[in-house]
Amino acid sequence: MTSDDLVALRLTLALACTTTILLLLIGTPIAWWLARTRSRLKGPIAAVVALPLVLPPTVLGFYLLVILGPNGPIGELTLALGLGVLPFSFPGLVVASVFYSMPFVVQPIQNAFEAIGDRPLEAAATLRAGAIDRFFTVAVPLARPGFMSASILGFAHTVGEFGVVLMIGGNIPGKTRVISVQIYDHVEALEYAQAHWLAGGLLAFSFLVLLVLYTLNPSRRKGL
Amino acid sequence: MSIDARFKVTYPGFSLDVNLELPGQGVTALFGQSGSGKTTFLRCVAGLEKAAGGYLRVNGNLWQGEGICLPVNCRPIGYVFQEANLFPHLSVENNLGYGLKRARQAIPGLAMHQAVELLGIGHLLKRMPERLSGGERQRVAIARALLASPKLLLLDEPLAALDQERKNEILPYLERLRDELEIPVLYVSHSQDEVARLADHLVVLEGGNVIARGPLTEVLARIDLPIRLGEDASVVLEAVVAERDEAWHLARVEFAGGSLWVRDKGIPTGHPVRIRILARDVSIAREKLTGTSLLNILSATVTGMGDDTHPAVALMRLTVGASSIVARLTRRSAAALDLRSGNAVWIQIKAVALIA
Repeated sequence: MTSDDLVALRLTLALACTTTILLLLIGTPIAWWLARTRSRLKGPIAAVVALPLVLPPTVLGFYLLVILGPNGPIGELTLALGLGVLPFSFPGLVVASVFYSMPFVVQPIQNAFEAIGDRPLEAAATLRAGAIDRFFTVAVPLARPGFMSASILGFAHTVGEFGVVLMIGGNIPGKTRVISVQIYDHVEALEYAQAHWLAGGLLAFSFLVLLVLYTLNPSRRKGL
Repeated sequence: MSIDARFKVTYPGFSLDVNLELPGQGVTALFGQSGSGKTTFLRCVAGLEKAAGGYLRVNGNLWQGEGICLPVNCRPIGYVFQEANLFPHLSVENNLGYGLKRARQAIPGLAMHQAVELLGIGHLLKRMPERLSGGERQRVAIARALLASPKLLLLDEPLAALDQERKNEILPYLERLRDELEIPVLYVSHSQDEVARLADHLVVLEGGNVIARGPLTEVLARIDLPIRLGEDASVVLEAVVAERDEAWHLARVEFAGGSLWVRDKGIPTGHPVRIRILARDVSIAREKLTGTSLLNILSATVTGMGDDTHPAVALMRLTVGASSIVARLTRRSAAALDLRSGNAVWIQIKAVALIA
């Protein structure tokens, strides 16, 4: 591995960690709302969250570029706040990754919350636990397998993103050049040996992630 | 001391409309078939079901109405679900502690060791709920509810999901609860057996409406209801052990109107007991029978006749002193004996169950 490869690797891990933590913070309330609501907005919101599953990454990246760019609504806001513009920066990659990996975090948590059902929460309420208390002492512990899956999938999916990164981050070494882009560069330069190292590493990593997911994740216990 | 409850709830295909004043002490059974609204009523009392426009006052405290609706976690209740509904991620001990920790400290409640002793679950504290039997789970659930210092205990068919053996395991604990704690209990059930053993007061629900209510002994003796009460029409009498015949292992119990011989269960003389007589175990004769194996023969007066579940049979209400007993007989027998209200007759009772 070249030093460029190592820089790309470190950047990728930093991006995946930041994105996963942010997504757990943002995705959990969304998943809770989607799991519990009877609102008519549930369908539209669920569809928006799931969009990255079917949308070509270039489409998502393109619109994020437009919105976050200097003439976009959010770009103007960040400029006015003196934050500069997000595209072609690490924070920009984080924002894009949060959108891109959202369904991989929200859906497992949502499924886990739905599987709990009303009963344990009702029992907690009759034992004097208020709404927030119930959420942290009953819902979250019972949804733990969902949180495990969500973290692993969100992390792995962010590690593997390519199209969105290229659209919004470009290819700036040390700032936005992640492993997948590095592989692309190696192949372009006909450096197949280096490409193999990284590509093979990602393949092994993805396999391990799924192996862990399918073997360690305990099958959900029946409600008692 | 009373519980005033008015709830009106409508769902597609079901509506509940009740206006009840219940005694603020003792065990009140809410009895009815499935779909009668008894569980919905209980959930309204707990606040688990939002009954808009409902009213609930429990022993002087307003829980709902006049613009207030306390959320579930602010109502001082203990709720036991049909399925024990323990937290699967917490040990028995932590399940018990969950409500204990959160109970208002101002209300002196039961201590952990008392609840554990009352329900006989000391040996289970370290176990996880998935490693308990159905009966053990339910006992833990009852203890957990008690530890939240409830001012009203709500039991939603706590025995319905258990087999007969497990029921018999828990019933004595429920009886202790009734006798040792001074918390009013609302007990939802569709089992006459449980109701006869535990309840002091009975409310009969049908199709979301209250069709009868009153002290247990009075409601059970009503012959205009038995169809709704099901196959096991029976009466319950409050009695006292008056005498024990140790040679024959029998005890004589006295009730308002007479006395009966029952199997001696070792209950000391002078102790109050409850006895249950099924209508099918009571037969009627014009003359006093002699040369019979039956021990319990009483003189009674016919006071009414009502329909039973099948057109061949009828229920007859008989007065014995100040008490009422219900007998089941065929309409043909009733016609052959020419039984009418006011007739003096003899009744023979084949079996009397002492239900402690």
